[in-house]
Amino acid sequence: MSAVATPAPSPALPQRRAPGRARLRRVLRSTPVNVVLVVVAVLWLTPTVGLLVTSFRPGQDYLSSGWWQALVHPATLNLDNYRHILSGGNIVDALVTTVLITVPATLLVVLVASLAGYGLVFLRWPGRDWVFLVLVALMVVPLQMGLIPVSLLYKHLGLFGTIPGVVLYHTAFGLPFAIFLMRNFYTGIPRDLLEAARIDGASEWTMFRRIVLPLGMPALASLAIFQFLWVWNDLLVSLVFLASAPHQPLTVTIFSQLRQFGLNIDVISTASFISMIIPLIVFFAFQRYFVRGVLAGAVK
Amino acid sequence: MASITFDHLVKRYSPGAAPAVDDMSLEIADGEFLVLVGPSGCGKTTALRCLAGLEDISDGRILIGDRPVNDLPPKDRDIAMVFQSYALYPHMSVYENMAFSIRLRRMSRADIDAKVREAARILGLEQFLERKPGALSGGQRQRVALGRAIVRDPAAFLMDEPLSNLDAKLRVQTRAEIARLHQRLGTTIVYVTHDQVEAMTMGDRIAVMNLGVLQQVGTPRDLYERPVNRFVAGFIGSPAMNFITGTVQASGESVSVKAESVELSLSGRAAAIARRVGNGAEVTVGIRPEHFDRSANAASTGVVKVPVNVDVVEFLGHDELVHASVGGTDLVALVPAQRNLQVGDALELAVADSLVQLFDPQTELTLTPDGAAAVA
Repeated sequence: MSAVATPAPSPALPQRRAPGRARLRRVLRSTPVNVVLVVVAVLWLTPTVGLLVTSFRPGQDYLSSGWWQALVHPATLNLDNYRHILSGGNIVDALVTTVLITVPATLLVVLVASLAGYGLVFLRWPGRDWVFLVLVALMVVPLQMGLIPVSLLYKHLGLFGTIPGVVLYHTAFGLPFAIFLMRNFYTGIPRDLLEAARIDGASEWTMFRRIVLPLGMPALASLAIFQFLWVWNDLLVSLVFLASAPHQPLTVTIFSQLRQFGLNIDVISTASFISMIIPLIVFFAFQRYFVRGVLAGAVK
Repeated sequence: MASITFDHLVKRYSPGAAPAVDDMSLEIADGEFLVLVGPSGCGKTTALRCLAGLEDISDGRILIGDRPVNDLPPKDRDIAMVFQSYALYPHMSVYENMAFSIRLRRMSRADIDAKVREAARILGLEQFLERKPGALSGGQRQRVALGRAIVRDPAAFLMDEPLSNLDAKLRVQTRAEIARLHQRLGTTIVYVTHDQVEAMTMGDRIAVMNLGVLQQVGTPRDLYERPVNRFVAGFIGSPAMNFITGTVQASGESVSVKAESVELSLSGRAAAIARRVGNGAEVTVGIRPEHFDRSANAASTGVVKVPVNVDVVEFLGHDELVHASVGGTDLVALVPAQRNLQVGDALELAVADSLVQLFDPQTELTLTPDGAAAVA
């Protein structure tokens, strides 16, 4: 053995090398996931981009070439379709009708579900768990089941063919899931918080308004987005209740265009894009809460 | 400020169920720091929640001052509570957390501000007033919870294991802070904990509970020196008291307790008790670990000698904790460190007979020379 002692390995060296190697390993490990994500994103985005491009193309081009060719000759794209659609009252009227249905149907569901969830979690009353059980059972009842009986009921009440009728129908069928979601989210709020507030002198209403509602925001935002999208995109309910009414929502209007003219893709693509853009704006506005809301409640 | 009285309090969670708190009677003086202590599930938190008004009472009465509060909602009981989880409102700043209760009492903005800032000053929270609880450390959150209670200026503070989420060092520090706070404010405090060290160091008096029943109330020294039963003796003191059950052998002058393979000869007070219990009767001998010494260091008379085999030695610096076995029973002894003990060594421990406690193995009550049961 040599008498010369080998220098002890510096503890700093492996540490200095480690980050680079670790980063490489991390990148390599996450590559397959990223590739899959990119593929999925492209698959999802392609039709949307196609719709967007088509909405800027002259109607007759649709027959002669695919929308992607417009990307090679962007000069053919123009705003004529939008100008045409928005100047005619039809689509604008449908847009207003859709808003008049969607906004109240969303607000009502959010309001009722947030209060009902509070009652189901924080108030003690006999039969509470049974009511919740019934709610869960109601979630599996498809919306189509109610169309005929409710139509008859609405005829009696004078609600058939009216916007409030459609709003109430969407609210009723949105509530079981909405209450279920809010109730489950609220159960994640520590009971101690409410008890502390109670000792602090808060009434039930104060506890709801000052403690539970602010803490429930993520769930409420997710719920609002879900409900907004469902109602905004609904065709069936409006078709049944509003088909013969003077004002119809976008979905029904676009659908009727399709039936009447078959190939007027310029009108349909443009109207569809208008119909899409508003839910997208809503989604991006609440996205921050949405992600948190979907995750929240999973881990207490 | 006010006194608090539990008058035959009974709490059952459902009719017919075993009571969570069973016939508890306890008077807490105005300004007193009373600690409710016991193992988990003993009913101490339930008793506190009944006092706070968070649980209905099945039977009996609770008085705050001379006012029965059975039917009063929590907000009208003039109490403030500190929760184990702190229960801070996560979406409000420290300032808003502390101001929440007094805002609901419609205090003027200036008064609220003065009160919150005063509490923050006492607790050293001034620079955190704008932060949210999520941006605070455990110790700071704990202090905000205390601050929220202080601003109320209540008749009594109720604290439910407020230190159990803190690390050991912070716990010791906060323990002292709460004790200082009590001296400063002089408000009655009812403090629930399962940690007997907290109970011993903080309480003016300690109430020990087990299985819903109040076992003994007294000063820390009372409970340590004169426990009324085996449960209190074993629960108070750390490490816990050793128990050896055996049969009394009295013949002529000598009295001993014979257990499995060991015979403990008694003298003095312990011998008098054993003699009274009678030859052939079963007794449980209780010896605190810290009362042991090595036989070689101890006096030659007036001691009970226990020969043991060393199993494990834990060196603590000044002392060492010796885990040993005598017959089939495990013993723990806290003796001055001498650093020459080896696992497997035979060792003779000695304890002054005045420090030995005897218990009835059936009733578990402490035995006394005159036959009177020890008083709670």
